[in-house]
Amino acid sequence: MNTPITVTSQHHAYRKLLRHRSATIGASIVLFFIIVAIFAPVIATHDPRQANVVERLQGGSAEHYLGTDGVGRDIFSRIVYGTRISLKVGLIAMTFSIGFGTLFGAIAGYYGGRADNLIMRVMDMMLAMPSILLAMVIVTILGQSLTNAIIAVSIVYIPQYARILRASVLRVRELDYVIAAKVIGASDRRILVTTVLPNCLAPLIVQATLGIGAAILDAAGLSFIGLGAEVGEPEWGAMLNENLKFIRRKPLAVTAPGIAIFLIVLGFNLLGDALRDALDPQID
Amino acid sequence: MTKLLEVKDLRKYFPIQKGIFQRTVGYVKAVDGINFDVQRGETLGLVGESGCGKTTAGRCLLRLMPPTSGSFIFGEEQVDLAQLTHREMLPFRRRIQMIFQDPHASLNPRMTVADIVGEPMRVNRTAKGPALEDRIVELLDSVGLRPQDMRRYPHAFSGGQRQRIGIARALALQPELIVADEPVSALDVSVQAQILNLLAELREKFQLSYIFIAHDLSVVEHISDRVAVMYLGRIVEISDAATLYQSPKHPYTEALISAVPLPDPSAQRKRQQIRLEGDVPDPSQPPTGCHFHPRCRYATDLCKTETPQLQEVAPGVQVACHHSDTLELQGV
Repeated sequence: MNTPITVTSQHHAYRKLLRHRSATIGASIVLFFIIVAIFAPVIATHDPRQANVVERLQGGSAEHYLGTDGVGRDIFSRIVYGTRISLKVGLIAMTFSIGFGTLFGAIAGYYGGRADNLIMRVMDMMLAMPSILLAMVIVTILGQSLTNAIIAVSIVYIPQYARILRASVLRVRELDYVIAAKVIGASDRRILVTTVLPNCLAPLIVQATLGIGAAILDAAGLSFIGLGAEVGEPEWGAMLNENLKFIRRKPLAVTAPGIAIFLIVLGFNLLGDALRDALDPQID
Repeated sequence: MTKLLEVKDLRKYFPIQKGIFQRTVGYVKAVDGINFDVQRGETLGLVGESGCGKTTAGRCLLRLMPPTSGSFIFGEEQVDLAQLTHREMLPFRRRIQMIFQDPHASLNPRMTVADIVGEPMRVNRTAKGPALEDRIVELLDSVGLRPQDMRRYPHAFSGGQRQRIGIARALALQPELIVADEPVSALDVSVQAQILNLLAELREKFQLSYIFIAHDLSVVEHISDRVAVMYLGRIVEISDAATLYQSPKHPYTEALISAVPLPDPSAQRKRQQIRLEGDVPDPSQPPTGCHFHPRCRYATDLCKTETPQLQEVAPGVQVACHHSDTLELQGV
């Protein structure tokens, strides 16, 4: 069919995003880390887990770009492989908490009443505790491992998504087009899935992007205090912890993973902020 | 003509809740015992100021909110829709559809026109595949939209076109009754006429009945066979449209009619304008007696104490006013 091309709101948001400078920077950083994660075996110069005590605590050189750590592992290669872990943690945790947050928020917002009260009070209790503390409690219960750290971080971030989605659902469910769906006899579940949720996604996308950064930071924090990645894994937070005792002799071993964490979180936050602007029809 | 719908003593009270225990301290009587009927093929206008309960009445009819009491006897089956459960209501949902006021809020911005118009048929499984596609094209054609419009999103259309999409959606299930909630009040005047003509045309074509809710008598005049005037949750006058305009029997109707501008400027100048004093009273604390008495020019002491009942004063004309037989009220 020969229809004239219309500029949909998605197209419009996309164009706004391209004009946004922090979006470009944020997206470039995120893209950079994704490429590094995909091509880690090609980029890394050494096996990230291979200890070599003879070469321990070396400075930067042509052989070891960022030097070596306390047991002689190549820091550059460990940071490169650490990208994989961090992105994995961020994506899995975010997907998990969005899934459950959406479910809880949608039920609370759409049905209201007792379900709303029950769900949101539990969420409030979770929000009342600092996220890292709650995550520590959960990992302590489940036992120390990276998987459990991911689970902990996912659970901790559920309330944020639930609240955001509930607020959107409360706004959307009163709109005429939702009432129109009731008039044609659509079931509640159908209305929720086909009509309400698609119109609640914009704030969720923003929060998800910001949330990946926060999840990465929290997971690194858990690993730093020894509740995350197993000993010897090339995880940035764990690396910080391992190398902390050498901070005077070899500052690079600590700063390098720190900068990596800082950059990846910055990238996701810049992208999230820009997305928020792009999806807001009032900012043009 | 046969009776399609009979509304008996419809009431909708909204509780006013206060404090942390949500104690009910009073009620807003949005709709306070109204009775009317709709004949097959007829358009009943439901008129009144904002807050008089006309929209609430319409939404109760569609079971979008549960009525506090009352019954809606519908169709040949004489089923009382107010008593049905949600599941039992489903087959009747197809037969009563709705047109919305704001064409910008009533269409899902993330669905194409084809999805919006096709959704009722998909939900009710009345058509699918190529048959569904054909039916969508047919519906779009009957509201004056082109088949190639179906792949576009609502924001690409003007207000009038969007309202046409909403009308096509309402027609999709071949309803018998359409509740039109101020369908033209959000549109430009030039577009209003087009939509009114379209509604009249569709009524003939598909043998529809309308309950046409509006706050503007001039709009209702064109499309309605009979008009019911509401004030503060009650019907004050029902009569056929021509009679209502020529010789209103209730002072409130008279005031509404005098607010309709006349096309002839000299006639407009000569006419006596009735300006109602004050606002619609708070529906949680309605005036005693006749609800209209604080704003009525003809009010007597009787009006302050006794509530007038809706009574037949002439064939087809019902009025709720103590003085309807003595007042000489001005029409158009």
